[in-house]
Formats: sequence, C-alpha cells, structure tokens
Amino acid sequence: MNALRKLFGFHGGVKPAPNKDLSTREPIAQIALPERFVVPLHQSVGGTPRPLVAPGAQVQKGQRIGAADGNVSAAVHAPTSGTVLAVEPRIMAHPSGLAGPAVVIAPDGLDTACERDPFLWRSAKPDEVRDFLRDAGVVGLGGAVFPSHLKLRAGREHPMQTLVINGAECEPFITCDDMLMRERATGIVRGAAIMGELMQPREVLIGIEDNKPQAVAAMRAAVQAAGVRGMEVVVVPTRYPAGGAKQLIRVLTGIEVPHGTRSTDFGVQCFNTGTAYAIWQALEQGMPLISRIVTVAGNVARPRNFEVRIGTPLAQLFEAAQALPDTERYIMGGPMMGFRLPDLAAPVQKATNCLLAGSPALFPPPPPEMPCIRCGDCAKVCPADLQPFELYWFARAHNYGKAQEYSLFDCIECGCCSYVCPSRIPLVDYYRYAKSEIWARERDKASADGARTRYEARLARAERDKLEKAAKLAAKTAAGRQKAEQAMAGGAAAAPGEAAADPKKALIEAAMERARAQREAAQPKNVEGLSAAQQAEISKAEARRELARQMADNKEVPPE
Amino acid sequence: MLTALIVMAVLGLVLGAALGFASVKFKVEGDPLVEKIDAILPQTQCGQCGFPGCKPYATAIAKGEAEINQCPPGGDEGIRKLADLLGREYKPLNSEHGSEKPKAVALIDENVCIGCTLCLQACPVDAIIGAAKQMHTVVVPLCTGCELCVAPCPVDCISMEVLPENVETWKWKYPVFRLQPTTERKAA
Repeated sequence: MNALRKLFGFHGGVKPAPNKDLSTREPIAQIALPERFVVPLHQSVGGTPRPLVAPGAQVQKGQRIGAADGNVSAAVHAPTSGTVLAVEPRIMAHPSGLAGPAVVIAPDGLDTACERDPFLWRSAKPDEVRDFLRDAGVVGLGGAVFPSHLKLRAGREHPMQTLVINGAECEPFITCDDMLMRERATGIVRGAAIMGELMQPREVLIGIEDNKPQAVAAMRAAVQAAGVRGMEVVVVPTRYPAGGAKQLIRVLTGIEVPHGTRSTDFGVQCFNTGTAYAIWQALEQGMPLISRIVTVAGNVARPRNFEVRIGTPLAQLFEAAQALPDTERYIMGGPMMGFRLPDLAAPVQKATNCLLAGSPALFPPPPPEMPCIRCGDCAKVCPADLQPFELYWFARAHNYGKAQEYSLFDCIECGCCSYVCPSRIPLVDYYRYAKSEIWARERDKASADGARTRYEARLARAERDKLEKAAKLAAKTAAGRQKAEQAMAGGAAAAPGEAAADPKKALIEAAMERARAQREAAQPKNVEGLSAAQQAEISKAEARRELARQMADNKEVPPE
Repeated sequence: MLTALIVMAVLGLVLGAALGFASVKFKVEGDPLVEKIDAILPQTQCGQCGFPGCKPYATAIAKGEAEINQCPPGGDEGIRKLADLLGREYKPLNSEHGSEKPKAVALIDENVCIGCTLCLQACPVDAIIGAAKQMHTVVVPLCTGCELCVAPCPVDCISMEVLPENVETWKWKYPVFRLQPTTERKAA
C-alpha cells in the first residue's frame, strides 16, 4: 500500500542542515517544578481568557485559571497545585518583550491533580466535545497555537476526505515531535483516531519526513496495534518546509489550497502530532493541556527534549540543558522561523516548541544587507508560490496596498527566501513589518468606522431630541390654549369684556390669577406665642418690605 | 432635407429621453468624493481643522474651500493619502491647526469627578458614560483622543494618557541594518 501511494511535490523549498541528531540521543526528560510558575493568559490565537482566580487562591494541577473569551479562544490551566500569588502583567515569550496578563503561581510541591469527572466523549455530541476541548485549552502545538476545537469541524458543504497528522517537523534543530512520536506513538495514534471519529474522514494520513526512521517505525507499530481502519503512516521526502500545513497537504494529497480558501473547502484538515497527543490526553486521560515537549538545542552542552509544564521560566530550561558560556542570544522556535527572545524571565508557552542558544560561532551575525540584484532565487524557493522580491520592494517602500495585491498574507514566513538571498536581505523581517503595519491600519480603520457611526448616531439623536422638545412645547401650548378657551367659554357670560376676546390675554390672566392664589396661600409659619421683641422685629421687617414695594411701584426713592 | 431634420429630431428626442431616464435611475445620492475623503480622515471629530467634524471638513475639501493639511490626527500619512486621492500637491501639516501626537485617550480621575455631565455632552463619539451626580468614566476602546472633554471639565479631572504598546498592538520594526565600525581597516 505504502509503496503504491503517489506523493506530490510543492514548489520551492530548501535543504538546510537538519542538526537534529544531537537532541535525539537522549529520551524526553522531565523538568523539575520551578520556584514560580508564570502562566500567561493569552497563549493562543483569539481572545485573551478571563482570569478565574484571585491572588491568594489555592489551585490544583489542571484547574482552569483562565476561561476562554468567546469561542475563538482557549482556556488556560494551573500547571501544578499551589497558591496564586498574583494576577498581573508579566513578560511574555514574544519578540516584543512586552508584558501580558499572567497568573503567578507558587507551587506547594505536592502536585495534586484536581478531581474531574471522566468525560464520555463517545456518547457526547460533537459540539460538546469541541466545547470540552476549548475548556481543556487544546490548541495547535505546531507553532500557530490556533484553538483546535475550531478546526475539528468538517466543512459544511464538503465532506471530509483526508485528515492529515503533521509529523514532518521540517525545521532544523527541532525534534520535539520526533521524540514524541518515538516515545508516545500510542497516544498520538489514539488522538488521531478520536479526531477521525469527530470528523469522519475517508482516510487519516500521518506524514513524517524520511529523516526520522525511528519515529516512522514507532508510529507504524502503533497504528498496527491500534488497528484503526484508513489510518496510514506516509513517509515524505525531507525538504524544508514540508511541515507547513499547506505544503504537507500538497505532498500527501496533491491538493493545492488556493489563495482565500481553506483546506476544509477541499475536505482536508491538518493537525500537529503534539495536538493529537494533547487531544487524547484531554479526552481520555482527563488532563488539560498543561505541559508540552520542548527541544532545547544549539549552543548547549546537553541538547535534548524536555517535557515542560506551561509557565516554567525559560532560563530553567537553558540551565537544564547547560547552555555554554559563550551564548549571547536565545531564540524561540527554529533558526529559520524563530525569533530572538528579549528576556529569559519569560515563561514557556503553548507555542514554545524549541529553544535555541546561539553563539557567534553557531549563528554568525548576518552580513550587511546588499541591494537586491533581481536574481529571482527567492521566487524559485518560495513554497507559497509568491514573488518575494516584489513583496520586498513594496514592503520596503511602505506600499502596503500593493503588497497585499501580491498576496503578502499568503506568506508563511518560512524564511526560504532569506536563506537563499545572495544579497543577504532579511526578507522575512520586511514581510513581518508590512504585515503588522497592515494589521495596525486595519485596527485604526475599524475604530475610525466605529467612531463615525457613533458620531452620526449622536448627531441624529441631537436632532431627534430637538424635534421632540419642540413638539412637546407645541403640545403644551396647545393644551393651555384649549383650557383658556374653555375657561373663556365658561366665563364669557361673567366677563364679556375685552379680555375675553383674546385667548392669549385670558391665558396670561389665568396664570396671574394662579400666581396670586399661590402667594396668598403661602402664610408665614411660627407666628404664635411670639415675644414683644420678636413682634417688634417682625413689624420692622414688614415695614421695610412695604417700603421696598412702594419703591418698586413709584420707581423713586421717597424722602427719608 | 426634411428626412434629415426628422431623423435628427427623433434621434435627439430618443437620446434625451435615455439621458433623462439614466439621470433619474442612476442618481447618485450625496457626493461620492466626500465619502472617499471622509474615509481617509481619522474620525476623531476633534474639530482641530476648524470644522465641526470630519464630515464637514471632508465636504469643505471636496468643494475646494479647505486645504488638505489641516488634520493633525490624520498626520503626514493622511495628508499624503488625500493628496493622492485629490491629485493635489502634498503640503506639510499646517502648524496652526496643531501638531501630530501619539494617540492618547482621555482618563477621568474618578476620585475628583463631581458628576457634572459636561464631558458627556462634549464627547462627540459617546465614549463617556455616567449620569448627573454619578461618577463618569471613559470607555477606552471607544475614545478617539479628540481632547474635547478636557476643557469643559470644571474640576480638571480629565487627563490625556498615551496608550502603551501591548503584545496585541506591537508592530515589527522596519528592518534597519546597523553599520558596525570595523577595526580591520585601521590595522591595515
């Protein structure tokens, strides 16, 4: 069967030195509990989860500490039992080196897991399973950290054909999926079977690059043992970036996912092996995503893979792998797509697949950027079939509209173009720059549109208020006039004088009459049982008042 | 001769009727140019341009009554976009109307606020909530930073705070290659 499967190729790609042997010599090691866990709340694509714990709270291992914010989000959990020290902004493993909301936990060392009822996913509705996975914090562990429950939905119009489990792991140095497949193949296969149950594809293909023979053997044995129908391990040729979702789908099925569409439109969905393992752990072991495998390699004495709880400080991993003294920078991700870590105080996140220590000898500083000589090498290697040199010119000239016309957002930032560029232009840096500028503009545009809508609504409201007020006033006047007319009709016999002829005058008269009645009704209080002195004071005041009234009437000052 | 006249007259009538029909059928509501200009303006509704809002300024630009360099929140980029759209010459921002500042939002010191509602009335985009004798507060994501609420406050409890960058709004920097001084040449 295997020999008969036809594999396809994808455009471009490069073959950098794999450097994977060093970190696969030793099995996956456990990392000791750190002194402090810093669990960032925002670890996946989508909304920032709401914190569920307050400082001082006791948490158990696997307890939910951040609830998913809407459906496009995933929960976060306590990596061990202990006390919540703070919920505050902490430095994140992000190229910006900025802080984001995080829960700081002091472990109690007991590592007691929180009790949870087993979830019978086989008898649950698919939507309930997806909600469960969202609350178990399962996200794509290949690096994109897209919430998995959103991907476990077959396209509405297109039945699922192929479920691809991505074990290609093409980037140099990274071996976390390789080691996971070697050591925990059963869990991965079971997770893949669960996904198969949920999505009902015709076949499940596990794609592994041919430079991982042990992983292939382990996975084949596990598939055989599990006896899942339609599941097959497929060995794909080693070429970077064969582990890109679109590239692996292309290699395995021959389907090229065009611009603006998703692979589900063609009945194909792709998950990382680590994600399959996490889904199995969540659904069958009742353990939410609180740890992952991280490769620590590069300029370290003992490169290897660790199973690390989310929230462990990065510095502890480099210590465990014994970073060499000439290390001058730390990289998260691989040498092609990774970014330089601004601070080692940042914690391991769900996206952390590899940590590299760099020295000038291992990763020499990039030579000076030279002008583009239009050789076209970048276009030859681009696996997304883009024209990197065009994108570079537009990004460099801040011409974002044009860059988008040339499908900037189809760029997967694999770094092949920068790798082959003879002028050593950091092309991907330009694309990242242009992408983040475009996102910022889109945010500004959205907020400007919102402001315009509210401003127009406000103007409309002011206009409406004015009209309503005028209408109210008119109604009041009309009512008063009617009353006066009625009064006039009633009093016409009594006073057929000139006042009755004019309703307005009558209205004024009536108002004055009311005012007079009101004045007369107002009587001074506390006038009983006054002493002679008080009485004298009152009469003095009355006299003054009378004088003032006379002055007002005569408009002149009487002689004293 | 007569035939020619009749032909021309009939032709004229037919074309006239077609044009008349088209002008009714395809009538354009409002000025599309104003809409386009308004889309470029930042919608802060701050009035720094000298007009009571972004739309009136857009209308004035479309009529040729206003210059394109009167909008400080739109900044240099906004002026360039307007110049592109209108085919006018680029001009640097007119400093009479203010200067380009980083985006800030209003912040009410809630301990000092007396609940007078004056800022609510001043806010052009309904970004302040509160009621008479109740504390007021600014809904930060809705605030455009127009500063119109600052002046009316009788107790001066509103300040403008520049929003710090966070992980969501952080942008990759423009790649710059730093030249490093070489010592080799000196040695040679």
